[in-house]
Amino acid sequence: MPSALLVICEHCDSVYRRQVLKPGEVARCQRCGSVLYRRERHDLDAMLALTLASLIVFLIANAYPIMRLDLAGIENDTTLWHAILTSYDSGVDAIAIAAAVCVFIFPLMQIGLFLYVLLPLRMGHVPRAFIGAMHALRQMQPWSMVEVFMLGTLVSVVKLSVVAEVTPETGFWGFVALACLLTALINFDLHLLWDRAEALQS
Amino acid sequence: MSARIPRAIELGVLGCPACSRVVPASVQVCPRCAMPLHARKPGGYHTSWALLIAAAILYIPANLLPIMLTSQLLDVQRSTILSGVFLLWQEGSWDLALIVFTASIVIPLAKIVVLAALLLTCQSRSAWRQRERTQVYRIIEFIGHWSMLDVFVVALLLTLVHFGKLAQVEAGSAIIPFTGVVVLTMLASMSFDPRLIWDAPAPEPASASPDHDRPAATAV
Repeated sequence: MPSALLVICEHCDSVYRRQVLKPGEVARCQRCGSVLYRRERHDLDAMLALTLASLIVFLIANAYPIMRLDLAGIENDTTLWHAILTSYDSGVDAIAIAAAVCVFIFPLMQIGLFLYVLLPLRMGHVPRAFIGAMHALRQMQPWSMVEVFMLGTLVSVVKLSVVAEVTPETGFWGFVALACLLTALINFDLHLLWDRAEALQS
Repeated sequence: MSARIPRAIELGVLGCPACSRVVPASVQVCPRCAMPLHARKPGGYHTSWALLIAAAILYIPANLLPIMLTSQLLDVQRSTILSGVFLLWQEGSWDLALIVFTASIVIPLAKIVVLAALLLTCQSRSAWRQRERTQVYRIIEFIGHWSMLDVFVVALLLTLVHFGKLAQVEAGSAIIPFTGVVVLTMLASMSFDPRLIWDAPAPEPASASPDHDRPAATAV
């Protein structure tokens, strides 16, 4: 039997024959209940739209201050990069590196790599470094934490509101939107792209 | 459908972890994506245990040392993760207190305990509740990175509360072990191979009654 018709559960090693699903359907492993594969409701166009929207929102989230603090008439506000640099200057490199990598570098690279992969596929050819880009996307995913950072800003607003007047700014809403868009984007089954690339190459 | 579902290791095939291509077990590199292939994640139990023990050791200073120093005029307040949770609670935001408590204290501890239990049961080749153990593994994989929450909160607070003698927030010494716990537990759960749960020699009573809830996939 051609092995392209088989699928192996990555959590329990069970082997199944692939079946054609209806859009939105999910195939689960009978033995352990993990998701084996799914047929997306939307296609490459939806992924591309989400990626472009993420890019725009990413720029907004980083260009504007996240929140503003008013203590007895003195005002302070911060962007993500300001927070990263201040942490670095205060000698807590661990925080600065975690925030820079998980909230800025990896999410930006994810958006860039999705664009790099999706645009050519949509136009009917496979980009040169397709395989490398797909590996990078898979490995980066657990370390991309925009949604955690967003919750962190919320906790900070509440903590600060006791001692001073604090207002969420444009950057905060940017991060809320970015968290939603990126979550929707990484929930897509990447096999859609592997299959498309293979179909184009043959 | 009542037939026992075969396993890749029995059929002599392998699945690529990156692109899911199925190949004969003798193949060492995925023909589609050039990923090195292994029947089980390389590193085995040693890697997972090493990461897990390191995380468990760091968990202690992460919780005992202050994570944040707040100074207002001449008064310096050191707060640990737990006292930060109490403070949120007293201020009336019990919902956020619960979120921070879960993300910073419960999740890292749960990950350490659950992974240790999974490693021990797999090493003794236990066939106990394999399906539930796999589900628990999936949950800790999914929630792992939420523990980074407190790191981001400290980063934001020390940037915003920067008013010299009037009010100042600084990071406490717990922040480095705490970040270490989060990263190490994430690496430990990535290094664990859930297929080991199913490698125990097991009679399968479940195969006698087909699973009607999940009919989407059919056994070969």
